[in-house]
Amino acid sequence: MRVTLERSNLLKSLNHVHRVVERRNTIPILSNVLLKAEGASLEMKATDLDLEVTEATSAQVDQAGATTVPAHLLYDIVRKLPDGSEVMLKVEEDGGSMSVISGRSSFRLQCLPQADFPELTAGSFSHIFRMDSDDLKGLIEKTQFAISTEETRYYLNGIFFHTLEDGGQLKLRAVATDGHRLARAEMEAPAGSEGMPGIIIPRKTVSELQKLVDDPDIKVTVELSDTKIRFTLGSVILTSKLIDGTFPDYQRVIPTGNDKELLIDRQSFGQAVDRVSTISSERGRAVKLAIGNGQVVLTVNNPDSGSATEEVAAGYEADPLEIGFNAKYLLDVTSQIGGSEARFLLADAGSPTLISDPADPDALYVLMPMRV
Amino acid sequence: MVVNDPEAGFCRDCLRLQRGPGRRCEACGSPRLLRHKELYRLAIAHIDCDAFYASVEKRDRPEVRDRPVIIGGGKRGVVSTACYIARIRGVKSAMPMFKALEACPDAVVIKPDMEKYARVGKEIRERMRALTPLVEPVSIDEAFLDLTGTERLHGAPPAIVLGRFVRSIETEMNLTVSVGLSYCKYLAKLASDLQKPRGFSVIGEEEATTFLADKPVGMIWGVGKALEERLRADGITRIGQLQTMDKGDLMARYHAMGERLWSLARGVDSRKVDPHHDMKSISAETTFNEDLSRLDDLAPVLRALSEKVSARLKAGSLAGRTVVLKLKTADFRARTRNRQLADPTRLADRIFATGLDLLKKEVDGTRFRLIGIGVADLGSPDRADPADLVDTGAAKRAKAEGAMDVLRAKFGGKAVETGYTFGKGSRGKPQRDQD
Repeated sequence: MRVTLERSNLLKSLNHVHRVVERRNTIPILSNVLLKAEGASLEMKATDLDLEVTEATSAQVDQAGATTVPAHLLYDIVRKLPDGSEVMLKVEEDGGSMSVISGRSSFRLQCLPQADFPELTAGSFSHIFRMDSDDLKGLIEKTQFAISTEETRYYLNGIFFHTLEDGGQLKLRAVATDGHRLARAEMEAPAGSEGMPGIIIPRKTVSELQKLVDDPDIKVTVELSDTKIRFTLGSVILTSKLIDGTFPDYQRVIPTGNDKELLIDRQSFGQAVDRVSTISSERGRAVKLAIGNGQVVLTVNNPDSGSATEEVAAGYEADPLEIGFNAKYLLDVTSQIGGSEARFLLADAGSPTLISDPADPDALYVLMPMRV
Repeated sequence: MVVNDPEAGFCRDCLRLQRGPGRRCEACGSPRLLRHKELYRLAIAHIDCDAFYASVEKRDRPEVRDRPVIIGGGKRGVVSTACYIARIRGVKSAMPMFKALEACPDAVVIKPDMEKYARVGKEIRERMRALTPLVEPVSIDEAFLDLTGTERLHGAPPAIVLGRFVRSIETEMNLTVSVGLSYCKYLAKLASDLQKPRGFSVIGEEEATTFLADKPVGMIWGVGKALEERLRADGITRIGQLQTMDKGDLMARYHAMGERLWSLARGVDSRKVDPHHDMKSISAETTFNEDLSRLDDLAPVLRALSEKVSARLKAGSLAGRTVVLKLKTADFRARTRNRQLADPTRLADRIFATGLDLLKKEVDGTRFRLIGIGVADLGSPDRADPADLVDTGAAKRAKAEGAMDVLRAKFGGKAVETGYTFGKGSRGKPQRDQD
């Protein structure tokens, strides 16, 4: 294999694929990126056996061929090469090493045979549809923060995507929860998604995907079965296994009878939460909201360092209520709200609270209160 | 308040203050006199019960009082405590039971009754707390006390308050303790070890460096086998050698530990007696009579151990965020598996569920001789086991567990059981316990 290409193209593609590679691997080939030179392009592929990212970039191929080299090493080398330079990748005669040559720099990396590189066999997909990258990005951003990291409940370690009828319209809905909070976002279901199985996309796949959809205005092709999903974004293809589990019936978690409505300026509320929570260094400290008389009084008490309090004007007409929330969770939710106001629907100090953006009917958040 | 001359001291048996330099108590004739130049100025104590488990058993079973007693479990268990008679015959704690019985064939072996020891230990701790709020428990039968500033309250200096305490434990609880009195925790701990059992040793500020000089470096708090070996390789075996060394050199060579070596070698220990001192973890484990490999056999034991750990967390007002599963294979290989939880827990239900999940991955036909479960990353229970949006059954199970706790407190440990341990006899019940 001998191929020459622009450093910037190589870097951009490597940046997309190398992140999939775990830093520590017990299987050596999983530390490597597969390089395949063919026609007028260089294809790169990396995998962790659950997730695979492939990207092709244009290159001048002098001699077609393929090999694998350590992914992070190659990425670090290319990253440090001067901007605007050209890079030549050349597999040596013996096939055991690959040279990286750019200007006066040259590196030699050990190769592992291309034949050993694992293939994430995708099988056949039952559904295929296209959507705007902005829409996909929106669904991910509004729900990702609520994904659980708890291994015991592995079925919560991802975002649950499914379609459902709502008001005579078919919606594509994304839900994530860690048991303390729940985030739900939806959009009009893209054509072709109807009848798709409910799937749980793992956290790592979600975060890789999120970086890829940063390029706006591209169409994403989604192909899925009940065990695998594939996203094609321009020259990047991401294929992932899905979490093999059943997502809990989240509908019954979303309260329907909460009748105490609180409307509050999103920004001043978020800033107030951030300010008063400064006093609590400890993770998971509660901020107490005393709601009533047209205002919310936020209080944080930290027996070790002191206390903080702040008042924020609010629209509220129901009976006064005191309720506590994890400060971080409140911030996570308020930062998702795009409009100027946040709407809280409360029942009592011990029941789940519903938070939404009056300007965005497609997103909904549920927070479990804390004892204060 | 009348305090006598510290050089004359007081009698540890009748607590009478002495006037002269006689070798026996001027009142009762006992030779157990306590004298020390700094006796009435020192306020940091370390109190350690003598052969605690064995002493409790001897107290409760007068028929074994004069016989060697070993507390430990099962034919494959190890010694957890040996009474002083057994110790003279060469029995040591952590010794395999068969070896202990070789050394001392006529020993009475008693299975540990942890609940009883915990109860007795708690009573002793309560009595300590009556002396000062600054009681830092080290283990079930051991604690540091800071009696600084209690002199007016008790109408006597710490040494005499401790003398009274020791007497009250002996006469009212029929148990003996050893006391170390000094000006810092490190030396108080060393002192309590000097003349066990029924000891009362004092190390003053003036004599600290001389006292330490000829002691082996292994006696420094924090110096384990590995570091001792490393120090030996560097030619350092006695604490005295460290006393002459430069702080910078020691820190360059042993980093953070170097500073500790430097200070402790000089008898400088700034650690406070901290009643809320963080315990690192709470765990329970058991060795089987026969190796087990099936999940069906291991799960009931795990359940029983989880309940034990949970009971201790609840008793200590603690909760932990990391569940640790420990296994030892038939060929003595240890396997430890950790899992961090999203929230701290103190519930047997969650500890067991997490442990079981970890255990399932290890059950592959391997034969195990030991299983243990623990909770680490301990903290206050305020934020433990919050209500969960998804797992609505969790709140119910937590309530059920609370009800079981109440019943057990009223009617005993076996009043209510889960199906896991019910009818399993000793299977589900650990035979031995070590923390």
